[in-house]
Amino acid sequence: MRFNEKELVSLSRQPSERAAELGMRGPKKGDVVKKRLVKLIVNFLFYFRTDEEEPVGALLLEQCRVEREDDLAFSIAFLDEAERKYLFECDTQEQCLDWIDSIIKASYEFMRKNLIFYRTEIHRLTGKDPLEQYGISDETRFQVNTSLQPLPAPPT
Amino acid sequence: MKLNERSVAHYATCESPPDKTGFLFKKGERNTAYHRRWFILKGNMLFYFEERESKEPIGVIVLEGCTVELCESAEEFAFAIKFDCARARIYKMASESQVGMESWVKALSRASFDYMRLVVRELEQQLEELQEGAWGVQGKAKSSKKQQHQQQSRPKSTVSTGGALAASSSSQPQVPPAALTLSQPENAQPQTGLAKENGVAWSKPSTLTNGVPETPGVVWEADGSARGDSFRPPPVPPRRRGGEGSAQGSLESPVSPETVCFSKLHDWYGKEVAELRIEWLQGQ
Repeated sequence: MRFNEKELVSLSRQPSERAAELGMRGPKKGDVVKKRLVKLIVNFLFYFRTDEEEPVGALLLEQCRVEREDDLAFSIAFLDEAERKYLFECDTQEQCLDWIDSIIKASYEFMRKNLIFYRTEIHRLTGKDPLEQYGISDETRFQVNTSLQPLPAPPT
Repeated sequence: MKLNERSVAHYATCESPPDKTGFLFKKGERNTAYHRRWFILKGNMLFYFEERESKEPIGVIVLEGCTVELCESAEEFAFAIKFDCARARIYKMASESQVGMESWVKALSRASFDYMRLVVRELEQQLEELQEGAWGVQGKAKSSKKQQHQQQSRPKSTVSTGGALAASSSSQPQVPPAALTLSQPENAQPQTGLAKENGVAWSKPSTLTNGVPETPGVVWEADGSARGDSFRPPPVPPRRRGGEGSAQGSLESPVSPETVCFSKLHDWYGKEVAELRIEWLQGQ
């Protein structure tokens, strides 16, 4: 599958949500733990060899599961290949928990669910759709349910 | 550079609803003819398929940081996806109609993660203000709230309460990550653990909770209202802590105004689309 690699590499140079040197092990049998600079930027996790400009690789963090593996380690697996896990080793428990938290929140789909929640809740509390004032109520990405209907009119 | 391509391709066709689909003509890289392809926009990813029925995408364009413009072209209803990096490729596209072109330009220019995050933060703030009003919290300065947000991801042994609030809810959203569950309204059932539509689930060792009893989450009724044992807004989305050497605020796209004010940024996007319309009309 083709992808715009140059632009993705450029993205990997943007300010990150979180970055650290972690031990990282790939999902294949026989993969070993290697030290990598790991950077979380929007919904991508980039990993670099230390002091290299171009990332070794990137993981899109949609449709993934993050699990605590032990005190200092967490794993990322993708739902289409749930047994293949990428393992990450941290220096402290706190760092491990921080990374898990950040990665869980780093997906577009997670944000969409937050948005739908806030939108629905504000609508419930005020009777008004908070997106109306911005003229974006009808945008597909903000719809409340999967049949993509706009919010029902508030009760009179 | 490696990419988890199989899983990325799976995201294209998995059950989460796409943001936009349709046929577009895409100009080839080496073969400069326009090829008709089936496009699926999901989040900040634009996938394209040989045909509508194809199971696997031919390719994907990661849209983060792009701008979308009308372009000079012999092709009708043409627009371009551009990036602000060295030697970036320009993706020339054309729709089959004026309406299609406008609709795609609008959808693509707002497809970024950053834009979604802005909207979420805006609503989150609105909701907090509403809740503060409802619960009569006094004297909580916004700046102190922001500090508390940043500490949120750390587990705490006790829930900090603000003022006269009940222990099960607090002035700032504090949800142990493991307890985050959201159901779609039509399910109207609490879901814990491996919620399929989340796409995100994690095992829940007790060390992940912050001492707050786990709730079944917010249950949504079919009428869109939300009830639950305790009212818990979802956790705060991540805030960018900057400074990887780049001074550029990460909330800016290459050409958007330097602002973290959502309404300003949104006006700017709206203006951009309006300008495109005028340009096109003048070109007719």
